Amino acid sequence: MPLQPAITDLEQLKQHPAIAALLAWNPSSVEGAKFDREEMSVYVERSSILDACELLRQNPDCPYNYLADVTCVDWFPSEPRFEVVYHLLSHSKKERVRLKVRLDGGSPALDSITAVWPAANYFEREVFDLFGIRFAGHPYLRRILMPEDWEGNPLRKDYPVEGYR
Amino acid sequence: MILNMGPHHPSTHGVLRLILEIDGENIVRIMPDIGYLHTGIEKTCEAKFYQQVVPLTDRIDYLCPLTNNLCYVLAVEKLLGLEIPPKAQWMRVMLNELTRINSHLVWLGTHALDIGAMTVFLYCFREREDILRLFEMVSGQRMMTSYFRIGGLALEPPLGFFERVKDFAKRFPSKVDEYENLLTGNPIWGMRTKGVARITAEDAIALGASGPTLRGSGIDFDLRRDMPYSGYENFKFKVPVGTDGDVFARYMCRVGEMRESIAMVQQAVEGMPEGPIKAVAPKVVLPDREMMKTQMEALIYHFKIVTEGFAVPAGEVYQAVESPRGEMGYYIVSYGTAKPYRVHMRSACLANLQTLPTMCEGRLLADVVAAIGSIDIVLGEIDR
Repeated sequence: MPLQPAITDLEQLKQHPAIAALLAWNPSSVEGAKFDREEMSVYVERSSILDACELLRQNPDCPYNYLADVTCVDWFPSEPRFEVVYHLLSHSKKERVRLKVRLDGGSPALDSITAVWPAANYFEREVFDLFGIRFAGHPYLRRILMPEDWEGNPLRKDYPVEGYR
Repeated sequence: MILNMGPHHPSTHGVLRLILEIDGENIVRIMPDIGYLHTGIEKTCEAKFYQQVVPLTDRIDYLCPLTNNLCYVLAVEKLLGLEIPPKAQWMRVMLNELTRINSHLVWLGTHALDIGAMTVFLYCFREREDILRLFEMVSGQRMMTSYFRIGGLALEPPLGFFERVKDFAKRFPSKVDEYENLLTGNPIWGMRTKGVARITAEDAIALGASGPTLRGSGIDFDLRRDMPYSGYENFKFKVPVGTDGDVFARYMCRVGEMRESIAMVQQAVEGMPEGPIKAVAPKVVLPDREMMKTQMEALIYHFKIVTEGFAVPAGEVYQAVESPRGEMGYYIVSYGTAKPYRVHMRSACLANLQTLPTMCEGRLLADVVAAIGSIDIVLGEIDR
């Protein structure tokens, strides 16, 4: 289907169940939203991500009961450098939503959401391993794909594709 | 005692290392250690054009290469806003279901082999040969086909292809009966799989399981039926759901899926529409060879696509498909150029592997082998 322009105006999008629930709980938690290519992305403020996830999981209108994915995008050299992306799915309403948290490059840290979904365990370990973002409250934050004694975070943009070895 | 079920092991289905803390024969703690097959595919994709990423996607989940192709190609087509012609969509569904049967045959053969039923392995691989010959007929390659391209298919299916598929589809259901004859009612199989490695529905959802691992515990969710893509809404199929959440329930789910998939292949062959196999998008889709050799514009487009790639409008997309293992997703971020900015593969097996400690702790060491087989992991997808 031909592309429609993206809608980024929060006023037009606040009917969406995820955004409505977050705005009703704490209006400052939503930094922005975008509806593009029939997918809804919500920019969540950094300190409210754990509560936002719990809220969306329990949401009576559209319970996002399944965590599909946790990943990260590195926008080096612009700041905020990292964007941690969460994909949620509601089995009952067959809806997806994407939450994004922007982090600075200095020493990026974020709350872990393993308390809400244990599924985040391996995904957050992978983001820690490949991007260097620390997750506070993670039960076992160690490298998962690279060897334990590896230095550097391979998926960052300042790490060359060929590697250093 | 801490025991290492090391990366080289015939029953771990790939280079999976399990660190087991055992007390006699009982498992106290189990911890998977992965990363032995990590090849940095996500990083490599950032250095390649969009069309050059397609062969890389084949090799991620190497037992269902066409499903990976489909997921990536659908994601890029969503980013571009392309309309795919119906014949390409039906061919994609038909080959995707043949790939599902292919993958389940490997699963059944190796799972049964681990538990001790060696004949089933050879029977399954005999059918797999037929399917691999079909893939070779249509794309030239047995496994890493790269047959789905951005905008449609790579080549027209050759003459005689649909007759061969129809012939296979007629023969296959009786073979599934053969496998079930050997295993389903077998008391040894029952003792090794019923009640073993149980996982409840709430645990499965909380741990991110998907596919037969989730459906075996009673959750009726299948992306093909509930969030259809690539023409799946035109097909009639049932989704087998188990109730107990043990190895036997997952086995019955997958065997049921094999039967449904072959019925879908028959529907696809009978209802195959006529028409082009590539979308109308000269800047994105390579032109026909004949047109390229005779028309100047086609030659220029071909040259530009191959040497410079095509610019994809900025944005991001997450496309998920129902792979034989569960929800496989591609998250692609584009910033307006011919190379993707970030490609992330949501691996179904990585989430399914997280259910292994819950399934196995407190059980016997021999049940770990049955549990790994029932989750159906492929290390290529876990490690990427």
